[in-house]
Amino acid sequence: MASRADRRAAAAARHRLLPGGRVAGPMLWIIAIMMFLTVLAAAAGLGLGAAVQSMSADLAGRASVQVVEANPQQRDQLAARALTALRGADGVQAAAAVDPALLADQIRPWLGEEATSGDLPLPALIDVTLTPGDADAKVARLRRLLGGLSPSLRIEPHAAFLLPLAGLLSALGWLAAGVVLLMTLATGAVVVLAARGAHDSHRGTIEVLHLMGSTDVQIARLFQRRIGLDAMLGSALGFAFAAFVILLIGLRLSATGSELLGAVRLPPISWVVLALLPVAGVLLATLAARWTVLRALGRAL
Amino acid sequence: MAVVPGNRERASAIFQDMSAIVQFENVGLRYGLDSETLSDVSFTLAGGGFYFLTGASGAGKTSLLKLLYLAQRPSRGVIRLFGEDVVTLPRKRLPGFRRRIGVVFQDFRLVPHLSAYDNIALPLRVAGMEEGEIDAPVTEMLNWVGLGDRGQARPATLSGGEQQRVAIARAVIGRPEILVADEPTGNVDADMARRLMTLFEALNRLGTTIVVATHDLPLIAQVSGAQMMRLDKGRLADPTGSLRYPPRQQGSE
Ligand SMILES: Nc1ncnc2c1ncn2[C@@H]1O[C@H](COP(=O)(O)OP(=O)(O)O)[C@@H](O)[C@H]1O
Ligand SMILES: [Mg+2]
Repeated sequence: MASRADRRAAAAARHRLLPGGRVAGPMLWIIAIMMFLTVLAAAAGLGLGAAVQSMSADLAGRASVQVVEANPQQRDQLAARALTALRGADGVQAAAAVDPALLADQIRPWLGEEATSGDLPLPALIDVTLTPGDADAKVARLRRLLGGLSPSLRIEPHAAFLLPLAGLLSALGWLAAGVVLLMTLATGAVVVLAARGAHDSHRGTIEVLHLMGSTDVQIARLFQRRIGLDAMLGSALGFAFAAFVILLIGLRLSATGSELLGAVRLPPISWVVLALLPVAGVLLATLAARWTVLRALGRAL
Repeated sequence: MAVVPGNRERASAIFQDMSAIVQFENVGLRYGLDSETLSDVSFTLAGGGFYFLTGASGAGKTSLLKLLYLAQRPSRGVIRLFGEDVVTLPRKRLPGFRRRIGVVFQDFRLVPHLSAYDNIALPLRVAGMEEGEIDAPVTEMLNWVGLGDRGQARPATLSGGEQQRVAIARAVIGRPEILVADEPTGNVDADMARRLMTLFEALNRLGTTIVVATHDLPLIAQVSGAQMMRLDKGRLADPTGSLRYPPRQQGSE
């Protein structure tokens, strides 16, 4: 069993085998930039994914029924009949009339004071919460039911309003995932190039080591350690900057007070995923370096 | 197996002499598309022997030694080291063989960013020796080649002769079974050349088989009992006539 001092001395000797300084040139900085962009893209993907999910969960099971009828009395009657029918219908968990005052409050910013004066015919609204599952079919069934009662009744699933937006957000999320994938490939390629360059510029040393009986794995280990170390530094730098930027953006988003933008926030589990990226980066760099050097060595005798 | 008249030499190569440490049979080497640099090279070296390889510059000495220390595969023929065919050996078994062979390269090949000390320690580290056990032999070796006070010097700051001595120290420190030296006295004065030969003879007495390429004939005369091979335009002449049936021990003929 080697003593600790002995192992340290051995590590120092191994370290000296390749000359000091960066074996892989500017790779460290390239990896830092790549990691920065990768973490940002991943954060965007995760944030958008979470937003789409919470939005869909909120909206999927809900619908509104409008009673479009100019005569207030008829409107109230029809609303009452619709409410009864809905409460008795299959697939409806709950149905409740929206308080006209609340509705007027919501519309006031758009239409001004007239909205509450009663001159403007406002539709009555019924909020419907569906039982979980297959919202489309249930909405279609309710539409037929309400259509039988009166042509003035319209049902609109909430998801329909935000469907294009959710679609856009999830497309952006997939784009971010694609960017992460491309970044991973590019990082691998950078490491392969750097390792190949390091191998070429130390050809003389490698040949001597080979002729003394060094195995390919022994030699590859020298390079993979150095490049892994560079990658670790670069990844840590890139990750730190990205985390800083993400926190800043998070603060700005919540400062907007917008419910829509506020939904775009990173759940804590996402931070775990993001923190795994630099670890994966170092692993990828080390393996790519090892593979590249082993391949290059395999071409020599 | 019938021994066809005229094929006696081949037959004797097939019934391997157990003391044979190196065997070349009809070895040819061609670089690229040029004509053969080495042709029909056949010889056997006995374990514990001391051999000189001579020949004009360009005759193929370095090429032959490269085949011997496994830096190059022959284009044809059979090479056996320690009784095993190394031509068809898979790559991953080469390191084990190389660790049994020490090499003094014609151009030294010291690692430029390593001190003399670290260069000499290299074979021990490659072999996985523990760091604590390295210092004593390396220091001893530095003293042996007269560089006790230059251990921390980089090769570039050493004279040609000093570099050569570091190269020799590096080649012998791992106690190789075969020591191959390519013109090891090319850069040193006559006095140092004699001392190096004395060093080689000492190693040889400890059982190391020595193969030295040189065209320094007085040097060859200095080592009694050594045998000589001569390369002429890539073909081997055998002036001492003893290569195919080498004596078990040097000087026993
Ligand atoms: N790597 C190589 N590629 C092509 N030709 C080579 C190579 N090494 C040596 N040669 C040629 O082989 C011949 C023998 O060279 P070498 O073995 O170095 O002879 P010596 O060591 O006896 O001077 C020379 O003609 C040389 O040009
Ligand atoms: Mg030569």
